[in-house]
Amino acid sequence: MSNFSNNHRALIEIRGMKKIYDLGSVQVNALNGVDVDIHENEYVSIMGPSGSGKSTLMNLIGCLDTPSTGEYYLANERVAGLSDAKLAEIRNRRIGFVFQTFNLLPRASALQNVELPLVYAGESPSQRRRRAKEALEAVGLTDRMKHKPNELSGGQRQRVAVARALVTNPSIILADEPTGNLDSKTGAEIMELLDRIHNEGNTIVLVTHEEEIAQHSQRIIRLLDGKIESDRRTTSV
Amino acid sequence: MRFFSDTAAGLRIAFRALVSNKLRAALTTLGIVIGVTTVILMITIILGLNRAVEGQFAFLGANTYYVSKWSWFERNWREQWMRPNMTPDMALRIKEESKLAMAATPLDDREMTVAFGAAQQTGVDVRGVSEDYLITNSVAIDFGRFLSAEDVRRNQPVAVIGAGIAERLFDKVQPIGQKISIAGWKFRVIGVAERVGSFFGQSMDYFVCIPYGTHMKRFGFDPRQNSTTIIVKAASAADMEDLKWELKGLMRRIRKLSPTEPDDFGINDQSLIMGAYNDLTSGIYTGGVIIAFISLLVGGIGIMNIMLVSVTERTAEIGLRKALGAKRWMVSWQFLVESAIICAMGGLVGVGFAWGVSLAINEFLPTYMPIWVVGIGIIFSAVVGVFFGLFPSIKAANMPPIEALRHE
Repeated sequence: MSNFSNNHRALIEIRGMKKIYDLGSVQVNALNGVDVDIHENEYVSIMGPSGSGKSTLMNLIGCLDTPSTGEYYLANERVAGLSDAKLAEIRNRRIGFVFQTFNLLPRASALQNVELPLVYAGESPSQRRRRAKEALEAVGLTDRMKHKPNELSGGQRQRVAVARALVTNPSIILADEPTGNLDSKTGAEIMELLDRIHNEGNTIVLVTHEEEIAQHSQRIIRLLDGKIESDRRTTSV
Repeated sequence: MRFFSDTAAGLRIAFRALVSNKLRAALTTLGIVIGVTTVILMITIILGLNRAVEGQFAFLGANTYYVSKWSWFERNWREQWMRPNMTPDMALRIKEESKLAMAATPLDDREMTVAFGAAQQTGVDVRGVSEDYLITNSVAIDFGRFLSAEDVRRNQPVAVIGAGIAERLFDKVQPIGQKISIAGWKFRVIGVAERVGSFFGQSMDYFVCIPYGTHMKRFGFDPRQNSTTIIVKAASAADMEDLKWELKGLMRRIRKLSPTEPDDFGINDQSLIMGAYNDLTSGIYTGGVIIAFISLLVGGIGIMNIMLVSVTERTAEIGLRKALGAKRWMVSWQFLVESAIICAMGGLVGVGFAWGVSLAINEFLPTYMPIWVVGIGIIFSAVVGVFFGLFPSIKAANMPPIEALRHE
């Protein structure tokens, strides 16, 4: 087993993952045996109708939840069965989240929002400031650092969220319907930003139900009823 | 600490939440405010009393015993009532026969009206004493002189007046040599005592000293007291204990008590008053602690309630923080800080209230509020905040991140 775990090549390696929700009278198999490998610098979309288990898979990949059974290795680290504190550390170091609803702290400035993961990483204030500024520059918000979320447009808010996801230099960027709350023009801008981040060497996992958005990625995993229905490379790349 | 700045951010968040919910915050912290006000008031009253009392029983004279028919602070009233009265001549015998007493004076006092011309003062403590009263009670003379042995021996109609009387009766006239009337009898003023000040809001400067023989002859015994008190002063503090035993023996001899009979007199001193005073203040302490405890309990439960609401309202924020890598203790730390801050602010308001009330109380009860009391109030309420914030903060810390994130 230890030999096995030391010889992973994939960044994300999921084996026989099941997630069962016990709703008292019924048990719901949200994931029913999933095997996935995602390599470094891949750009993957997870698609599927609602109830297919794509949100559950994303939560598990993002270490927000633990599987009922099965194995999950993230960057050679066995994630299944880790403690809460350890999972929090992994989320902090390894994963950058981008949410559909941006999820920024409304009373904090853009800079403070981007600094937040570094606060939990225990970075010094001057380091935090420097790195947060760099991340905001990378998403093109140099002149909006002091603004609060309600003083920013939707697109700008999502850029702040992307900067926040990038700032810890994570192993993967996990984007859950990142354009779902944006108009098509701003949505396209955010997708361009994600494409650029991918080209700079980052690994991106995208959860979406829009074909057009999924076409930005190199590979589309389609889920249905808690199982992988198909796993194909996209035609555009 | 690496989370100092997050604490600072927590403070800012807490402060903004408070400002945007002024009424709610005010109502929430009301219990804390009342609790802290009570605690601080108790402290300031006790401190004030202690300060007022410190050295103030000196009006009873240092190193003195009050030999009396009555035993102070003993409750055998019936037995004490049956005791024979004491008479002023016992003071002379004590003075003659005691080796340790440096001075002894009888004291008979009655409240009477003292007048000079049209000016008059009611309720003046008129004391019949001997020349030794100057020594036993450390009377300081401002003008003129105190009663002399000759005045006392010849029962002269002379009086030494307190500074308050001098002020009240002698507006423009020099009091020495003037004739004042006490309950209709004329007395010549021979001296004015220095200002003593007030004790428990009562001025100590409204008294008149006259020779005890004159007092007896003109006014008789006070029907309430009905017995002379004899004040005896030891030569030094070291002699106090021995003097007590000497006085006991002397009095038993004077009273001709057989060895089996109990004392029919009391030998009282300041420590008895201090004892009674300590009983009183410990009563205030206990009452204060109970009231404060109850109101802080009520206040704390209010805080807990509002923190639970705050945790529910900020479910999404908690989820986000967890997704970004906040560990449980970091989340609970944030809410604990917030709760502590809310309470500390309530504590600050309580300290302010207590300050105002203690100023008002100071009119009739001495209060004293040193600056460290402010710190005590704030720290104390912050501790209450931490204690009652514990449950809500644990609830926040235990929220699963996905559930929290899904919450809109």
